[in-house]
Amino acid sequence: MANKETDNDLSALDHEKQSNIIRKTLVTKLIAFIQLYAIYIIIFGELGPGGGFQGGVILGSSIIIYILIFGLEDGRKRISQKTSDLFSSTGALIYAGVGLLAIFFGGHFLQYGAFPLGGSDVANHYGIMAVEIGIGITVAATMIILFCEMIGRD
Amino acid sequence: MMEFILAKYNYWIYVIIMMIGFYAVISKSNLIKKIIGLSIFQTSVFLLFISIGKVDGGTVPIYQGTEAVYINPLPHVLILTAIVVGVSVTAVAFALVVNIYREFGTIEENAILEMIKHDD
Amino acid sequence: MADLVLLFFLIVCAVAAVVQKELLNSVIILSIYSLIMAVVWVRLGAVDVAITEAAVGAGISTVLFIAVLTRVKRREELTRIRLQILPLIVVLAVGLTLIYGTLDMPDFGSPAAVTNTHVVPRYLEKGVEETGTDNYVAGILASYRGYDTLGETTVIFTAGLCVVLLLRSNKKRL
Repeated sequence: MANKETDNDLSALDHEKQSNIIRKTLVTKLIAFIQLYAIYIIIFGELGPGGGFQGGVILGSSIIIYILIFGLEDGRKRISQKTSDLFSSTGALIYAGVGLLAIFFGGHFLQYGAFPLGGSDVANHYGIMAVEIGIGITVAATMIILFCEMIGRD
Repeated sequence: MMEFILAKYNYWIYVIIMMIGFYAVISKSNLIKKIIGLSIFQTSVFLLFISIGKVDGGTVPIYQGTEAVYINPLPHVLILTAIVVGVSVTAVAFALVVNIYREFGTIEENAILEMIKHDD
Repeated sequence: MADLVLLFFLIVCAVAAVVQKELLNSVIILSIYSLIMAVVWVRLGAVDVAITEAAVGAGISTVLFIAVLTRVKRREELTRIRLQILPLIVVLAVGLTLIYGTLDMPDFGSPAAVTNTHVVPRYLEKGVEETGTDNYVAGILASYRGYDTLGETTVIFTAGLCVVLLLRSNKKRL
């Protein structure tokens, strides 16, 4: 009788480890594609649907799925608390920084056309791309912060 | 009569969804149910805004040549902002609910009000 | 016809999410509601809003709901009677007032409505050459109305800040 019980326990643990291996392998292979897709949506946001917010949310989701499968401690080794806090404010600073840079070049606040990059629409194009990247960074970091604080201690 | 209903039916459906969310906020006593009702209410307001901007026969507002008729892109911009602000507000509401649960041990509004009354 | 079917399913999902007693069921139905909303946005021609709703509503919002449900009770206790009269009367009164207010609104899809003729034709004419982008929504969001977007980024950052201040404990963590 004792042998049968330990056999059942061992097979249950084995089953758990096997299904965990499936989940872990799947996630490690998928995360690269999810992040590539998120960067594609941020950068191509001006030629088709997309933009900073959408890409930032998807970028945050890629780290959230890593934390869901591997646990909070393992996730913290990849993205530490200080890193996500820092990145959350960096994006907003990039946005305001581009606006102030426009004042240095002689225009109004956030007038991207004043950059001396050759023509008003080319300068606007580069200004919009820089601003979208900044928005994407802030939104991604904030989504990670929201999730990690909400689940608390594991 | 039929043209009148066809021209306005979408607004009436949005008002129905809005009232479902509103009823959940004012009559349910569970705090998470109230937040679910708030979320439904917000989405119905977005529906109202974007359906004002639709133009018959217009296409998606991405540049497709100078002769195309586009739908109004301005409500899309406002609602994009509103969706993300909505999720931020929901997240802060969740943080408050977690703190309330830590303090009182329950998230039913009636029980919390009774506990506050008994404390005084 | 497809629009009516989608909107009918929206109403069914909204009622089902509000009536359920198990909160996990409510959250899953809310995620389905977001998916149907994304399809409705595409039917209305708002593709940027559809991507945002799919990513934010069916993605982040559902995950945050489930994360909260791990820390509070998962079942709603019935401390009030199911159908209350006074909120029902208030809801009906407000609903009828709003329906009376929509009788004056522009018809669904009319190109001559005031909202479509005030400032938008200028954005549509000069949009591509002034902002250099093909997507009108991205151009208006980042260039014509760039100040509002700066405020929105600040709101997102402030929400992260508030959650950290409310929930983070001071014990030494990893």
